[in-house]
Amino acid sequence: MIDEGLKSELQKQGVYVTTLEGLYNWGRANSVWPLTFGLACCAIEMMAASMARFDLARFGAEVFRPSPRQADLMIVAGTVTKKMAPLVVRLYNQMPEPKYVIAMGACAISGGPFKQGYNVLKGIDRYLPVDVSIPGCPPRPEALIHAIMLLQEKIMAQKLTGPDRPRHLNAALPSEFPVPAYGEDDLEPPKNPELWQPPAIKR
Amino acid sequence: MDPNPHPYLVLALLIALAVGFALGPLAAAWAWAKFFSPNKPGKDKNAIYECGLESTGDAWIQFRSEYYLYAIIFLVFDVETIFLLPFAVSFTSLPVGAFIAILIFILLLVEGLVWAWRKGFLVWK
Repeated sequence: MIDEGLKSELQKQGVYVTTLEGLYNWGRANSVWPLTFGLACCAIEMMAASMARFDLARFGAEVFRPSPRQADLMIVAGTVTKKMAPLVVRLYNQMPEPKYVIAMGACAISGGPFKQGYNVLKGIDRYLPVDVSIPGCPPRPEALIHAIMLLQEKIMAQKLTGPDRPRHLNAALPSEFPVPAYGEDDLEPPKNPELWQPPAIKR
Repeated sequence: MDPNPHPYLVLALLIALAVGFALGPLAAAWAWAKFFSPNKPGKDKNAIYECGLESTGDAWIQFRSEYYLYAIIFLVFDVETIFLLPFAVSFTSLPVGAFIAILIFILLLVEGLVWAWRKGFLVWK
């Protein structure tokens, strides 16, 4: 591993050194292709973020793909109804590894203002591993850009080897998450207990 | 001594280069996918993409072969429109021969229509 000071000293002389891991992560972090996937009003902000004024292209994330086969990032933009939840999970399963999830807005995080609704999923993190959550109702495009930057930081920090390597490089971890089915009056199962472990409230 | 004994060698080289240019990236992508990419297939991932819904039924559905008649009858009107418009535009300056020719042409098309009508193909069953 090269010393940071030497690295910066070399850079001043025009010599760039890096690791294979750094190069790999740099490439991945700067070409995060989101899935064209809007569920509610947050999607309007997502569209605005990709347009000229906010210009998501600066972060290499403007290439919204209409097929999950080509997408790296799922932006859950809006209220996830219980009718839509299995489709969201199936779309996530159909994305190739490595893949990331941004829960955009209060609804995708927790159900938001519709939390009491009988037909609203109280947060997509019950079924999918959320990497970045953006609060707001709806969040401004700047907030989405901030989330993309946070995701880039997360990707850049990922190790390719070792016990804490990402899921796509660990053959033991699953690539798909169980798709819930429509039950009698709720989704079956109502959550994925392996993923969703809320902190217990101590009274 | 011929200064250029193989005049077509450069062409062969260029063809080899062009083929390599086309196949090289494909081979590199294949090799990368084969040896380096994290391969994690699954039931959902290998399924047909249908906007998140499960696909139902078979893609190999059959159409009734009788629909070809509608295509032919459509052609009658289609061709008629294409030729009638220039005919109508230059109607005043046409000689008698051209007028008779277009009448025969329309007669041929109308004949087809009358045939279809008498056969009962214009009734949707």
